[in-house]
Amino acid sequence: MAEMKEAPAGASLGVKTTVWLQNRFPTAFDEYRKHMSEYYAPKNFNVWYFFGSLAMLVLVIQIVTGIFLTMHYKPDAATAFASVEYIMREVPGGWLIRYMHSTGASAFFIVVYLHMYRGLIYGSYRKPRELVWIFGCAIFLCLMAEAFFGYLLPWGQMSYWGAQVIVNLFAAVPFIGPDLALLIRGDYVVGDATLNRFFAFHVIAVPLVLIGLVVAHLLALHDVGSNNPDGVEIKAKKDARGIPLDGIPFHPYYTVHDMLGVSVFLMIFCAIMFFAPELGGYFIEYNNFIPADPLQTPAHIAPVWYFTPFYTILRATTDPMVNVLCVFIGLAAVGNLIRGKGSIMLKGALLVAAAVLIVLMKTFDAKFWGVVLMGGAVVILFFLPWLDHSPVKSIRYRPGWHQLVLALFIVAFLILGYQGTQPAAPSGSGLELLSQACTLIYFGFFLLMPWWSGLGTFKPVPERVTFAAH
Amino acid sequence: MKRFLTILLAAFALNVCASEGGPPLDKFPKERVTDVAALQNGAKLFVNYCLNCHAASSMRYSRMTDLGLTDEQIKKNLLLTAEKTGELMKVSLDTRQGKEWFGAAPPDLSVIARSRASGAGSGADYLYTYMRSFYRDDTKATGWNNLIFPSVAMPHVLWELQGQQRAVFVEAPDPHDPKKTIHSFGGFEPITKGTLDKLAYDSAVADLVAYLQWMGEPAQNQRVRIGVWVLLFLAVFTVIAWRLNAAFWKDVK
Repeated sequence: MAEMKEAPAGASLGVKTTVWLQNRFPTAFDEYRKHMSEYYAPKNFNVWYFFGSLAMLVLVIQIVTGIFLTMHYKPDAATAFASVEYIMREVPGGWLIRYMHSTGASAFFIVVYLHMYRGLIYGSYRKPRELVWIFGCAIFLCLMAEAFFGYLLPWGQMSYWGAQVIVNLFAAVPFIGPDLALLIRGDYVVGDATLNRFFAFHVIAVPLVLIGLVVAHLLALHDVGSNNPDGVEIKAKKDARGIPLDGIPFHPYYTVHDMLGVSVFLMIFCAIMFFAPELGGYFIEYNNFIPADPLQTPAHIAPVWYFTPFYTILRATTDPMVNVLCVFIGLAAVGNLIRGKGSIMLKGALLVAAAVLIVLMKTFDAKFWGVVLMGGAVVILFFLPWLDHSPVKSIRYRPGWHQLVLALFIVAFLILGYQGTQPAAPSGSGLELLSQACTLIYFGFFLLMPWWSGLGTFKPVPERVTFAAH
Repeated sequence: MKRFLTILLAAFALNVCASEGGPPLDKFPKERVTDVAALQNGAKLFVNYCLNCHAASSMRYSRMTDLGLTDEQIKKNLLLTAEKTGELMKVSLDTRQGKEWFGAAPPDLSVIARSRASGAGSGADYLYTYMRSFYRDDTKATGWNNLIFPSVAMPHVLWELQGQQRAVFVEAPDPHDPKKTIHSFGGFEPITKGTLDKLAYDSAVADLVAYLQWMGEPAQNQRVRIGVWVLLFLAVFTVIAWRLNAAFWKDVK
């Protein structure tokens, strides 16, 4: 046991309480220093660095409002829809809590997408922050699961048919698919059993994992230190006390800074929540005000906007698209055989693997490969730290045309997202070709990154961060 | 960042065109939703004409006190099938009877105005157009059809107010194919007069739709009022946060 400290005679009650606590719970003080007052963050953070703390804020909003919603919501197919309306009408302030939660769901994805984009442009996933990025990708995956499970709960038409469509995707898995879908639903159609298990996943299982991952994400970040828009390691230049020259304590500098960000964010958040909570059918879909009806399929089933890029990738994977993918796989294997590095054994093995893959692709249904691509579009993010071979981290010091490549990727992602909100493009139409082209751009961006990210003339990276005093 | 946000906004703006085709919707006069007299008249029409087949089972009669009505007034004028003002707006017609009599169960109207919104217009626009687009059609079981909801199971409940009308369809030659003609709507023609003239009927329907819109989210007017104060507070807080930030950051060189 550590020595007991003594408060000086005549000390104020505040000092006495602090000493009392320091003697009994020193960990709290150590952790506060480690993560707040003596966590040195680069001083050149720009506007993109608000979104991490905003994601944290939205997480808290979702958990707190979620707890209050759970007090009145009924996870029962017969009463779920009415219980949401009960919250909207009879529970004092219930409408506000519900809108905070529904707006928060979309806001979560907006800030997380922007947060990921920040990581992408400044190379925040590069050594030594690979694990920070991987934990982040896992958070994104959890968030998608959380949103999917939660969306069933209001038990409207879109809740019901959206869940039906997504669960049926699992039925496309060869051999075990139908049993797997049955296991997820707990019934032969989406029903009461499904609602109950989705409720359990939404309110406890996934949030527990999510919070654990957020803690891991932050601990790992604070171990290696934050990246910055210049991609310079601030720990490389320290003063006599071992403090990075370009670092400033997170508290108070970034706490007051984030307060400004939070305030501006809340203005946008509240403007939507109070004046347009449905946001034109994007945040709350109009069809979801019709109670779930298993006998009536809506004409147009669209997932909520944050899933639409991935949904379009699924829809774009038609039989001709599978053929195109087979050609690409074949070309990649042959190209590797002729030009690639590595032993002849390895090249041969890759060629055989490609041949097997092509056979499998032609054997199983295109729908299954659509599911694989949709999942792959998220999974590929995990590998980003090893796909990027650029000698510099930040986009600031990369060749100018790298920005164009990135812009192309972002535009493709937005087009995929937009198309997912629309009814499926007719087979063979220009719109379908566009969605397929965007899918290829999406995957091409990542899979070709080992090649393109090393090309071009890189600008010299400064020794210290670029910063102009405010 | 600016470029990125512009693209994002453009993507959102593009998406208004999800209309299902069909005739364009008339604009519901929005100001009625905050007009207490209109809402009260709408409530009267709703209770008298709709609340026999359609329920509004999430709605309590007593909530109409928000429309400036007293419990006594609600009890005397609006409580036709229920006993107490604390009851929910339920009807005795059940789903099976509805299916047998009309071919489709009359939907619950609690959130009908919210559910009918689409790219073509708000839910109120839809209902406002719908209630004014019934026309006589002898080929239908009820004798009625509707221009924006073809072959609708619901008969024209407000026909005594509006009178009867028929739809005139015109056949015009197709400019792209001389062998074909285009079948299009050419307007309504009155058959018999109703107790209200056209303007008065449109106004009555606007009141009814205002009530349905309000009933879809009774807190909606309160929501906007509170929102204004919240945003004003945040605007002030943003200024404080901005100056506080500047005060701390002036030390960072």
